[in-house]
Amino acid sequence: MNMNALKEELDGDSGMDVWTEVVALDQIPQLGSRVIATDTMNIAVFRTASDEVFAMKDECPHKKGPLSQGIVHGTSVTCPLHNWKIDLASGEALGPDEGCTNVFSAKVENGTVYIAFR
Amino acid sequence: MKEKLVLIGNGMAGVRALEELFKHNTSSDKGSDLYDITVIGAEPHPNYNRIMLSPVLAGEQTINDIILNTSEWYEENGIELVTGDPAIEISRIQKSVITESGKNIHYDRLLIATGSTPFIIPVPGADKEGVLGFRDIHDVQTMVKASREYKKAVVIGGGLLGLEAANGLMKQGMDVTVVHLLDSLMERQLDKPASALLKASLETRGMKFLMEASTAEIVGDKRVSSVKFADGSEVEADLVVMAVGIRPDIELAQKAGIHCQRGIVVNDTMQTFDPLIYAVGECVQHRNECYGLVAPLFEQARVAANHLAQVGSTRYIGSMTSTKLKVTGIDLFSAGEFNEEEGDEVLQMQDVASGVYKKLVLKDNVIKGAVMFGDTMDGTWYFSLMRDATNIADFRRTILFGQHDLGDAGHGEASAVMSLPDDAEICGCNGVSKGNIVQAISKNGIFTLDEVRAHTKASSSCGSCTGLVESILASTVGEGYDATPSKKAVCACTDCSHDEVIDAIKDHELKTMDAVRQFLEWKTPDGCAACRPALNYYLLARWPEEYQDDAQSRFINERAHGNIQKDGTYSVVPRMFGGLVKPNELRAIADVCDKFEVPEMKVTGGQRIDLFGVKKEDLPAMWKDLTDAGFVSGHAYGKAMRTVKTCAGKTWCRFGTQNSTRLGVKLEELTWGSYMQHKFKLAVSGCPRNCAEATIKDFGVVCVDSGYELHIGGNGGIKVRVTDLLCKVETEEEVLEYCAAFTQKYREEAHYLERTAPWVERVGLTYVKECILDDEAERKALAERFKISQKVAQVDPWKERADGQASHEFTPLKIAG
Ligand code: SRM
Ligand SMILES: Cc1cc2nc3c(=O)[nH]c(=O)nc-3n(C[C@H](O)[C@H](O)[C@H](O)COP(=O)(O)OP(=O)(O)OC[C@H]3O[C@@H](n4cnc5c(N)ncnc54)[C@H](O)[C@@H]3O)c2cc1C
Ligand code: SF4
Ligand code: FES
Repeated sequence: MNMNALKEELDGDSGMDVWTEVVALDQIPQLGSRVIATDTMNIAVFRTASDEVFAMKDECPHKKGPLSQGIVHGTSVTCPLHNWKIDLASGEALGPDEGCTNVFSAKVENGTVYIAFR
Repeated sequence: MKEKLVLIGNGMAGVRALEELFKHNTSSDKGSDLYDITVIGAEPHPNYNRIMLSPVLAGEQTINDIILNTSEWYEENGIELVTGDPAIEISRIQKSVITESGKNIHYDRLLIATGSTPFIIPVPGADKEGVLGFRDIHDVQTMVKASREYKKAVVIGGGLLGLEAANGLMKQGMDVTVVHLLDSLMERQLDKPASALLKASLETRGMKFLMEASTAEIVGDKRVSSVKFADGSEVEADLVVMAVGIRPDIELAQKAGIHCQRGIVVNDTMQTFDPLIYAVGECVQHRNECYGLVAPLFEQARVAANHLAQVGSTRYIGSMTSTKLKVTGIDLFSAGEFNEEEGDEVLQMQDVASGVYKKLVLKDNVIKGAVMFGDTMDGTWYFSLMRDATNIADFRRTILFGQHDLGDAGHGEASAVMSLPDDAEICGCNGVSKGNIVQAISKNGIFTLDEVRAHTKASSSCGSCTGLVESILASTVGEGYDATPSKKAVCACTDCSHDEVIDAIKDHELKTMDAVRQFLEWKTPDGCAACRPALNYYLLARWPEEYQDDAQSRFINERAHGNIQKDGTYSVVPRMFGGLVKPNELRAIADVCDKFEVPEMKVTGGQRIDLFGVKKEDLPAMWKDLTDAGFVSGHAYGKAMRTVKTCAGKTWCRFGTQNSTRLGVKLEELTWGSYMQHKFKLAVSGCPRNCAEATIKDFGVVCVDSGYELHIGGNGGIKVRVTDLLCKVETEEEVLEYCAAFTQKYREEAHYLERTAPWVERVGLTYVKECILDDEAERKALAERFKISQKVAQVDPWKERADGQASHEFTPLKIAG
């Protein structure tokens, strides 16, 4: 997906969420994730056991490990490289570790996952 | 409406119970989901680390350093905190607590954690100014103040607390005499030789001793001026510290009619005779024991919290404790019953010149007690052997030389941890120095290895420095360090140990992860990154034909069937059975590398070829080409059977006694595809020159003229361990059978992430031999079960994925629209 196009689309918009359809919910494994490749970054979309979805930049605040490849549990993901635990909702490292990853709003409607780019 | 929980005693055990309670929250809110909490404390401080009063007295730390819970912590967690206002009455009829200042606080549940009070010997003059115990901040402040104005101090009591007080006062510049009733110091923790070494060592620092002296009177006007003994002798003193013992503080409970003996009597869920009232800490008497160290108290706190949170699945069953003295520069360790009785055996080592003494008391080759002085590096190891009741027969001859004598290439030599400089690197993986660790411990009030890992990352990667970190922890926090809770839980999601999980799966025929978590009352709905892979494995190993593997419970390497690299790409290692390879296979690999622009190829230490830096989305196509050329996955990424390393053997080598390459290929054909608790490696050497390094493998074969020597439990990685000889057999068929049986025994019983080396050390070689050698039927049954599970396991995951399985794993999303 082209982020510049997206940004253009957003210009003139007063910061309202623009929901973009990304994938059918059942295409993401429960307690798993998918990766959306954009021009500027990879975005990880996670699905929890209770079918909540979360989206964030696919980059661990520690050493940029791909969070999409981690193990999802509750509403957090453990980074595959050095086991930092990241809160899916806020993008913040849990426990004594400090750091934060960009998050995007995500929702499910009629079995389809949408992400808000703003 | 939340219920009301009141805690009396703002000390270490009580507040720990609250912290444990908060962990049971189902929401992410701070504080407790279930209770409104009020804490009543007699001292004017928030909860602090009482253990650290000794270093504070010695001027090594400040009061601020030892605060465990700041006032903000109480606020954030919604706790109403009453300080400097002791509870003076519990009304069980009105369910309320009355404080000295007249507050009347209602409770639905009450937790008593009043600790203990120092015992003051009731001799004439004991109430004079300048006579005190050693228990709280106030005592320390009084002592420090006295040290500025006065010179001579007498400490009555040559136990742990007395010696720490004496050391501190000496550091504050006082002239200190320790008075002890018996003829040896710390008689409850040390035997006579260790005690003598300790005394000598303290004397060289300037401490004076009066042994076998019975205090008769404290002499002085308003303030003490001397101490008089039963034999009529006398020493001058401007300050007298009584450290002769503690008494559980049960006054309040007793007055309220709660059943007390030496302490407040509680059951296994930490409830007193009034089920609404719980008690934890030093004030408690449980199964006839009162404890005076924090490790057991923290276990009590955990159980009480579990019950208060209405989870109710755990019981406190008592603790084993070990002792360390917190006097900088003196290494001392003691645990269990260190004075031998009839029928016990003693292992002892003494090196007078270097001041080292070690003694182990054994009964039937199980450690009952240990005393060490001078070199306490292995204290925690002995303690865990003791707790696990490990049969030490197999390494009895070397046990006194320590764990590293069993094979430790990493840090074996770094014995006296405390003598290391602050900048010494302890954790080589994460670059953590000793200073970092000590600082993190004191700053964050840390008591456990897990907490050190979380805060510093030390010991959280390869784990080879765990022993060192444990030693630093132990010598920094003293005996409070709970290295060895009575059992070790799988992770924070449960209180069950690995063995309990394995047994439950087997005995109750639990066949899904949810069933296990429900049956064992997991605290989290879907586990965590630590327990999910373990449960998934245990189920797979127990029910190979029924259990459906859960990809989301596998670490990424096993889910993507390649090793994740630091830049997020993957590596690909095709299997080369026995290290043999044909020209057309090499050509196929070369072609694949050209086609997918593989940035680097390397011959591995496992006799095959690694292709680095492959993009995830290219993996299935690349695997297609490789499987077409006849390769299967090498599982170089898995907790799985890795490689069978072989040497040239009889076919070519002038020394070869058997066909080691052919046997290697057969073994690899037997075992490939099998998932394990950890990686598993084999090797076959054609003669005792052992070019395939078979004696550092999980299962190694050394061919000899008359047959095959089978070796087990070797490890060439972080901690080198040479194998143990299992037995010698005569035919290749037997090698295969014994290999299958051994592998299956390990697969069924070891803990997840425990390699064969630590497993064999834990259960003992004798046990493994009994199962594999002595019982032919059992061996055959094991081998048979291995073969059954291999039927399912030997499906090449690469081919499946090349054919389209789990394609979502490898395809990034395109956005619709
Ligand atoms: C590729 C290879 C190095 C090489 O280029 O030679 C290698 C590479 C890795 N090894 Fe190794 N090990 C390799 C042979 C070895 C050997 C030598 C051997 O097998 O003869 C050892 C020591 C022998 C042993 O295991 O007892 C070895 C002991 C380790 C250890 C320590 C294991 C231990 O029990 O102490 C780890 C860490 C672990 O497993 O937790 C490890 C972990 C790793 C990992 C998987 C690190 C990781 O978790 O990401 C490395 C992956 C690199 C990558 O990105 O692909 N590697 N590793 C070798 C692959 C062999 C193969 O063909 O499969
Ligand atoms: C100098 C020193 C060194 C130590 N070193 C070690 C060591 O190295 N390792 C180790 O494991 N242990 C050590 N200990 C022992 C350890 O500190 C105790 O085991 C632990 O603090 C006991 O916890 P507790 O909660 O039961 O009691 P405490 O921590 O004593 O807490 C009880 C609290 O209750 C308060 N209280 C009492 N009665 C009332 C009342 N009526 N109303 C309100 N509040 C009340 C007390 O003032 C106190 O603050 C040491 C102790 C001391 C004094
Ligand atoms: S390949 Fe092995 S030794 Fe080399 S850096 Fe990786 S884990 Fe360490
Ligand atoms: S990159 Fe995520 S933990 Fe290191």
